[in-house]
Amino acid sequence: MDKIPDKLSSSSEKNEVLNLEETELRLGLPGSEVSDKKAGNGFPLFGKDLKDETNNGFSQNPLKNIFSGAKRGFSDAIDGSYKWGLCINGGSEVDLGKNDVLFSPRGGGNGGVKNTNILQSCQPTTPQPVEGKKNENGSTTPASKAQVVGWPPIRSFRKNTLATNLSRNNDVTGKSGLDCLYVKVSMDGAPYLRKVDLKTYCSYAELSSALEKMFSCFTIGQYASHGLRGKEELSECHLMDLLDRTEYVLTYEDKDGDWMLVGDVPWEMFTDSCKRLRIMKGSDASGLAPRVIEKCKNQN
Amino acid sequence: MDPKLKKTKDSSSNSANSPDSTHSSFLFPDEVLERVLSLLHSHKDRSSVSLVCKDWYNAERWTRTKLFIGNCYSVSPEIVARRFPRIKSVTLKGKPRFSDFNLVPQYWGADVHSWLVMFAKVYPFLEELRLKRMTLSDESLKFLATSFPGFKALSLLSCDGFSTDGLKAIATHCKNLTELDIQENGIDDFGGGWLSCFSENCSSLEVLNFASLSSDVSFDALEKLVRRCKSLRILKVNKSISLDQLQQLLVQAPQLIELGTGSFQQELTPRQYEDLETAFSNCKNLQTLSGLWEATSLHLPVLYAACASLTFLNLSYATLRSDELAKLVAHSPNLRRLWVLDTVEDKGLETVGSSCPLLEELRVYPADPFELDLHHGVTEAGFLAVSHGCRKLHYVLYFCRQMTNAAVATIVQNCPDFTHFRLCIMNPGEPDYLTNEPMDEAFGAVVKTCTNLQRLAVSGLLTDLTFEYIGRYAKNLETLSVAFAGSSDRGMQCVLQGCPKLRKLEIRDSPFGNAALLSGVEKYETMRSLWMSACNVTMSACRLLAKDMPRLNVEVMRDEGSDDRQADKVYVYRSVAGPRRDAPPFVLTL
Repeated sequence: MDKIPDKLSSSSEKNEVLNLEETELRLGLPGSEVSDKKAGNGFPLFGKDLKDETNNGFSQNPLKNIFSGAKRGFSDAIDGSYKWGLCINGGSEVDLGKNDVLFSPRGGGNGGVKNTNILQSCQPTTPQPVEGKKNENGSTTPASKAQVVGWPPIRSFRKNTLATNLSRNNDVTGKSGLDCLYVKVSMDGAPYLRKVDLKTYCSYAELSSALEKMFSCFTIGQYASHGLRGKEELSECHLMDLLDRTEYVLTYEDKDGDWMLVGDVPWEMFTDSCKRLRIMKGSDASGLAPRVIEKCKNQN
Repeated sequence: MDPKLKKTKDSSSNSANSPDSTHSSFLFPDEVLERVLSLLHSHKDRSSVSLVCKDWYNAERWTRTKLFIGNCYSVSPEIVARRFPRIKSVTLKGKPRFSDFNLVPQYWGADVHSWLVMFAKVYPFLEELRLKRMTLSDESLKFLATSFPGFKALSLLSCDGFSTDGLKAIATHCKNLTELDIQENGIDDFGGGWLSCFSENCSSLEVLNFASLSSDVSFDALEKLVRRCKSLRILKVNKSISLDQLQQLLVQAPQLIELGTGSFQQELTPRQYEDLETAFSNCKNLQTLSGLWEATSLHLPVLYAACASLTFLNLSYATLRSDELAKLVAHSPNLRRLWVLDTVEDKGLETVGSSCPLLEELRVYPADPFELDLHHGVTEAGFLAVSHGCRKLHYVLYFCRQMTNAAVATIVQNCPDFTHFRLCIMNPGEPDYLTNEPMDEAFGAVVKTCTNLQRLAVSGLLTDLTFEYIGRYAKNLETLSVAFAGSSDRGMQCVLQGCPKLRKLEIRDSPFGNAALLSGVEKYETMRSLWMSACNVTMSACRLLAKDMPRLNVEVMRDEGSDDRQADKVYVYRSVAGPRRDAPPFVLTL
């Protein structure tokens, strides 16, 4: 994916589409971008105005904190998508067990494997994000809060159980005002993940075109997204057509933790069971995607 | 006692070469001493006894049958085997407590296997094993199951590394099993088939707790098991057991003292509902009730009949509202311990205050720990209400989003007998929300008033003043947990210099540095352990500490990408076994 950095820096048009400015990694004191966002009801990241740093005694090495993850827990603003647990069916999206590296690359995980997460952030993809869902690198947002590794001090079992409970209760009683279903979307080779609200789409076609737009800058080679559709009968999933050409496959992780090919089940069933999406390289997906390979063969 | 063994003992004590030992063994024969000492059960008492003189040391070690090791690395299996020849029950604790909150990487250690190998050699008649925060594999479980013919009780709390396959081995091979207690472990759940591995001859179970496992078990197997085990007194099932299944189990086991229900939500016919109610009312001995997942006001009333005898009600997995809790506690006047979720809110806690005058322990867990919405959960008002009505309260664990100094001061005035005070204001560094001041005075009030305080966890915006108070007043404090608190080294120094009984100190994300660490140089050998993470300690100070104190193990774990000089995670503990030999590469032993 050599081309990605070039594209990122040179394409300002892309910047707007992808909100890249907001994802841009900057050095600065944690929370120093507060002034760029509205102050809101002000739950400043540290419980007190950051300018008053010395009050909390955190007067040293704030710069390091941004990238050193667990060192200063607060700076996990980088990976602060705290609302996942509420919006996603099933507990394991909020699997904050011992392999949790969402919030720290080293605190919970075994060393090297998932360090790249430190630089990945979860971006709002809808034009009007639900308040409090936004989490940008190093900045605070009004009604949101960065998650700190191991804080509050609650054991994983309890955290996971309660997350499941809550989402179930919300479904049953409709108490929650959060009618959304944010799932993470990763693409092999892309430097960061995105998030989509599955509730904003009502079919695979819509989802695929949205993902297409979101990730188009990362696919190899230039292609005109229209040109490829051609005259052939449209399959249920445009993205899969598109991805066929570029050897990518769209897969999702369901409630049982299995990786499935997108498009097999009715849309409602899919949104009920989808916990996260992954745009896989076709070669990796050979076990998953006999249909894709079939199609490739047919189309070629 | 085997005369051959006795002879060896006598000669070794006589060869001590002191007139006292021969004199005392004439006056006070070993048999008598041992008979007396065998009545001692507390390991702390036994430690004291063993220090009196050589005779007493020997008598003690021969009569000790229960082994308690608070830090598995403080001693080695070989040393233990040499000292204690007759152990039947072992309790072993491993990882630092902060590993519960993902602050300790996987594969850190605390593997039980080498202990099991030693036990198999030296204690073939081992009956009980209780592990906390240890790592054990399925192979270890198989080894355990097959190496000890008289094995009776296995308790695993907050452990990891194994799967339900290991449990299969235990169920299959331990013919005399009385206790299987599996709690909150990081376990791979490959299905509930393990339960079916209990042989049809197994009727000795007294304790069965699989509440934290997720897979379905064979209800048929469970029911038959419960029916045959007439001595079953503790049964805690998992969510897969439905209400009507629970009813069938209760009918088989009305003698239960502790019950953990399965899922408490199910469409019941009126007949089923009635049967369930009857089943509960027939449980005349029920003292503890837990589980209650997804419980709602629809089904809670079936419990009312059983509530009268309850002393411990664990509702920490039931998202109850205040009115639902109110009704429950109204039927439970004998409650001593209550665990709830903060969904009950202050109003719910008020009803606790008015309904449960005998309450001694209260835990309020957050239903939604990462939610910043202030309008949910409990506040200082709920805590105050409980303290007004429950004057015997001595243990509290309270998660909240706001607190005031004044409230805490009033609370400890109402309840001066606190032994365990764990307050977690969930937003780090949160001040008194009314005055905007630090929460120093709150904890000052706690330590000044509660002279029996053994365990303290602090939170909120705290300066060094809090720690000055702790050092000055908390003379019985044994465990202190600190997070996001303090202003300078002085804070930690005050604690280290002031708390004579301090055994466990765990600190995270606080501005304590080298001076603080090194001020405790003489203290750490009197403590079990010290944990400092995300503080300001450097490698050089750690090395200095390690060099000066050879009987301390000083271990450092560094975060990736951090400065080579920073000691991101420091774990210091006393040990007679020397440095760990099984440390993974990311643990630096200095």
